[in-house]
Amino acid sequence: MANDKRPSGRKVDELRPMEAKVGVVKRANGSAMFKIGDTVAIAAVYGPRELYPAFLQSASQGVLRCEYNMMAFSGSGDRVRPGGNRRAKEISLVTEKALMPVLDLSAFPNTVVDVYIELIQTDAGTRCAGITAAAMALADAGIPMKDLISSVSVGKAGENLIVDLDYLEDSAKPGVDIPMAMSTRTGQITLLQMDGELTKEELKKALELGKKACMKIKEVQTKALLEKFNGGKK
Amino acid sequence: MSKLLVEERQIVIPGMELAEGMDYLPGEDVFRDGDKLISTKIGIASLSGRVVKVVPLAGNYLPNREDVIIGKVVSVGLSGWRVDIGWAFEANLNLKDASSDFIERGADLSKYFDTGDYVLSQITNVAGSKIVDLTMKGPGLKKLSPGRIIKVSSPKVPRIIGKQGSMISLIKEYTNCKILVGQNGLVWLSGENVNDELLAVNAIKKVEDESHIQGLTDKIKEFLEKSKSGK
Repeated sequence: MANDKRPSGRKVDELRPMEAKVGVVKRANGSAMFKIGDTVAIAAVYGPRELYPAFLQSASQGVLRCEYNMMAFSGSGDRVRPGGNRRAKEISLVTEKALMPVLDLSAFPNTVVDVYIELIQTDAGTRCAGITAAAMALADAGIPMKDLISSVSVGKAGENLIVDLDYLEDSAKPGVDIPMAMSTRTGQITLLQMDGELTKEELKKALELGKKACMKIKEVQTKALLEKFNGGKK
Repeated sequence: MSKLLVEERQIVIPGMELAEGMDYLPGEDVFRDGDKLISTKIGIASLSGRVVKVVPLAGNYLPNREDVIIGKVVSVGLSGWRVDIGWAFEANLNLKDASSDFIERGADLSKYFDTGDYVLSQITNVAGSKIVDLTMKGPGLKKLSPGRIIKVSSPKVPRIIGKQGSMISLIKEYTNCKILVGQNGLVWLSGENVNDELLAVNAIKKVEDESHIQGLTDKIKEFLEKSKSGK
């Protein structure tokens, strides 16, 4: 712990400044914006609506379909080919799996709930920002949920375990990056990926840090939702 | 010891704990987890007896039996019509439920309801999610004459109608408009002139936007009076 200041000047367990707004896409059934530092995610929810192709329909419950996309101009300035790629497809899948445990779509058989997540500006932690925004958008759309999902990345820089990595920390070598998502009410972890190497003890500690960070994110989510439906009052 | 963790009429969000202990029972949009009652939707907490429920403030229309709705005819078939009611699947309006007239075999059904017509109709049956049946036989059910159609969020419909129709009769009284509100959130209105219609539209939009405020009827009355005298 010789030097525990990070490049951005944050403390090891300090999140970047957050901002959230619900109802940003007026014609969607539900929508939300979540900004953490220089990462900005917008999520819009459409549905429940009829699902095509029909063989994907489930007669027992509705289907959740997520689409994650980083906009071509969002990142470092390198040319990004617009449209889907392998990485976006993987993140779409883990986003679905991160959100599904709290959703109850049993009232909408044969339908789909579409969640579109667009990253208009990126500085690492995009899948986490996307999931956080999507959870708010789903609540705004009135889809029955057992809890909100809050998501953050934890990792390691030098000797320190850190929370909410920015691009500088994320791309440093050897770096460790662990995006996680959880239902803060039950403590259930719904997303856990790891890039890099950690010991078991370090991982446990990192998850503890992540849990505390998720609590803070949930406060921001709660405030944003209440703001929309309470006419700005708490 | 059982206790309520939220105040009545407080706005709650999914995952919020509403009550603790086994003395309270979960109502609509509430579930039990251990000894806690948890909300599943954004809405207003409400307690009736021992039952804690959430009156949702957001969400798509979910068809229920006996709902009176406003739908748009989207296709004319050989033995009935398909109607868009704002749900994921189109509803069926069968020939025998559509009219008490004698309709000859092979008659042109678009004479009764054509594509693009709006109808005030009632749901007779909901089976699963794909099958929703409608009827036109019932008091007041009819094809709607020319007017305006506006869309509001379906959870706000009870507020637009008000207690015993207080809100909607207030708007009707001040604007001289004929107004019909479907449970699915479609509102049809027709007045003598454009200004009256626009005032009614604005009033309805205002109710939708401020539906969580208590004493809304008085506020709308004030708004209508102001707009009337300002003309």
